[in-house]
Amino acid sequence: MISLVFALALSTLQETPIADEPAVAGEAVPEPQRDPVTGELPVDPYEMSNAHAGAAPFTGTGMRDAFHGEEGIRRVVDGMVDRAIVDPRISEVFVSHDLVRLRRALFEQFCHILNAGCDYTGRDMEASHRDLGLQVDDLNVLVENLQAAMASEKIGFAAQNRFLSKLAPMKRDVVTH
Amino acid sequence: MNAISSHRLLAGLTCLAVFTCGPAHAQDLRNGGKLLLTNGVSTIEGSGGGGLATWSTIAGNATQEGIGASAHGTIIELPDYNWTSYGVSLGFFDRVELSYARQNLDTIDVGTALGLGRGYTLNQDVFGAKLRVAGDVVYGDALMPQIAVGVQHKRSSDDAVVAAVGGASPQGTDFYISATKLFLSHSVLANATVRFTKANQGGLLGFGSATQNNHKPQFEGSLAYQVSRRFVIGGEYRTKPDNLAIAREDDWLDLFAAYALTRNVTVTAAYVDLGSIATADNQRGGFLSLQAAF
Ligand code: HEM
Repeated sequence: MISLVFALALSTLQETPIADEPAVAGEAVPEPQRDPVTGELPVDPYEMSNAHAGAAPFTGTGMRDAFHGEEGIRRVVDGMVDRAIVDPRISEVFVSHDLVRLRRALFEQFCHILNAGCDYTGRDMEASHRDLGLQVDDLNVLVENLQAAMASEKIGFAAQNRFLSKLAPMKRDVVTH
Repeated sequence: MNAISSHRLLAGLTCLAVFTCGPAHAQDLRNGGKLLLTNGVSTIEGSGGGGLATWSTIAGNATQEGIGASAHGTIIELPDYNWTSYGVSLGFFDRVELSYARQNLDTIDVGTALGLGRGYTLNQDVFGAKLRVAGDVVYGDALMPQIAVGVQHKRSSDDAVVAAVGGASPQGTDFYISATKLFLSHSVLANATVRFTKANQGGLLGFGSATQNNHKPQFEGSLAYQVSRRFVIGGEYRTKPDNLAIAREDDWLDLFAAYALTRNVTVTAAYVDLGSIATADNQRGGFLSLQAAF
């Protein structure tokens, strides 16, 4: 991600006449502003679709209930993200990413897959993780963080695994290394 | 195998062979990343698997990013025999497994009956190699298992006994293909293995006989239920050839419980039914195995 910014900055520099080099580079990239309502940083436009959640939702209300509805799902997502961003094995990956947006998108995705009444408005899994260079070890750590969050929410182990069965096939889009 | 991982595999093997892994290599490798219990436990033949049945899992805790290792010791208490085995295995990039196990079967009083002397112990070395060829036990398509092929070269140390019971050779090699999958939607792990073997009692009584000296396909099946992250229960069934004229040989089965005490230590306890062994029938008893994996 950081290298991408550098690459963009460099290409801008190359197209710029050498004479006005310092001033223009500064002006060309203004500080992005957080949305006053959502608290999220702007992202490039993309098409929205529930298909981007990456898995067909469960049917019925069993899984929604097992996760204690929207409230429980929110606690699970926050519990997972809270653990991930301080887990020394993967915390670095999250530095300088918009965690407000990440929590919101993950909540929508989990809520949609668990058939708890949400639409997913985030990006697809391939686009979201393309530039992160994740390894299967990173995914296993995040799964452990998710398992810990689900255990704190007192979600039965069979239901935990049922949910993981929806995420497991996404490895091919998330793990690029 | 893609180009990157085969390159890494070579680099890792070279680094292991010459024992001069510099800091650069150590930085590239990332060890110990597997999810709890997804490496299985060690079988009595040293390969990664259940207790009696070999699985397609690669020993040790490393994923495709690293090199893992495991060591195990197993005891089986039976009415007429005591079994001990121990071994070590290495897992390279969740792709290749190399294993060694030493098996010892104390014949106690049966030794006297067979004229070997009381407490005569049959011994065997098992050298194994396994290659994961496709799939992933946890991730990917829910119906696509992890598939591996492997060999186990076995060398009995009791040439005279093997000849006396009618075994054609004290050495033999088993070949197998194995498919293993954790069906997360049901918390169930299933394994099926086909082994081509002529081993008598796993090889402790040699390989083949004067009349039956071909590799025959045998089946090993395991079914396990994941009760929690740390705790798995299950059962296994393993068919065996019946080559020797002097003693019947039965299929094996077990009911097991495996518990991951820590990320590195797993204890497995089982009830095993090994049937008739060298004329002593109904060999049912207890199995206890301790594994350390990294
Ligand atoms: C199957 C497993 C995973 C799922 C279902 C998942 C889901 C998501 C979702 C819904 C988003 C937000 C997309 C958007 O902003 O529109 C996202 C972004 C992100 N994920 Fe994941 N993720 C997974 C694995 C991982 C892993 C293993 C890591 C790192 C250890 C990770 C790190 C990130 C980061 C840093 C972002 C923010 C990217 C950005 O700012 O553009 N994810 N993920």
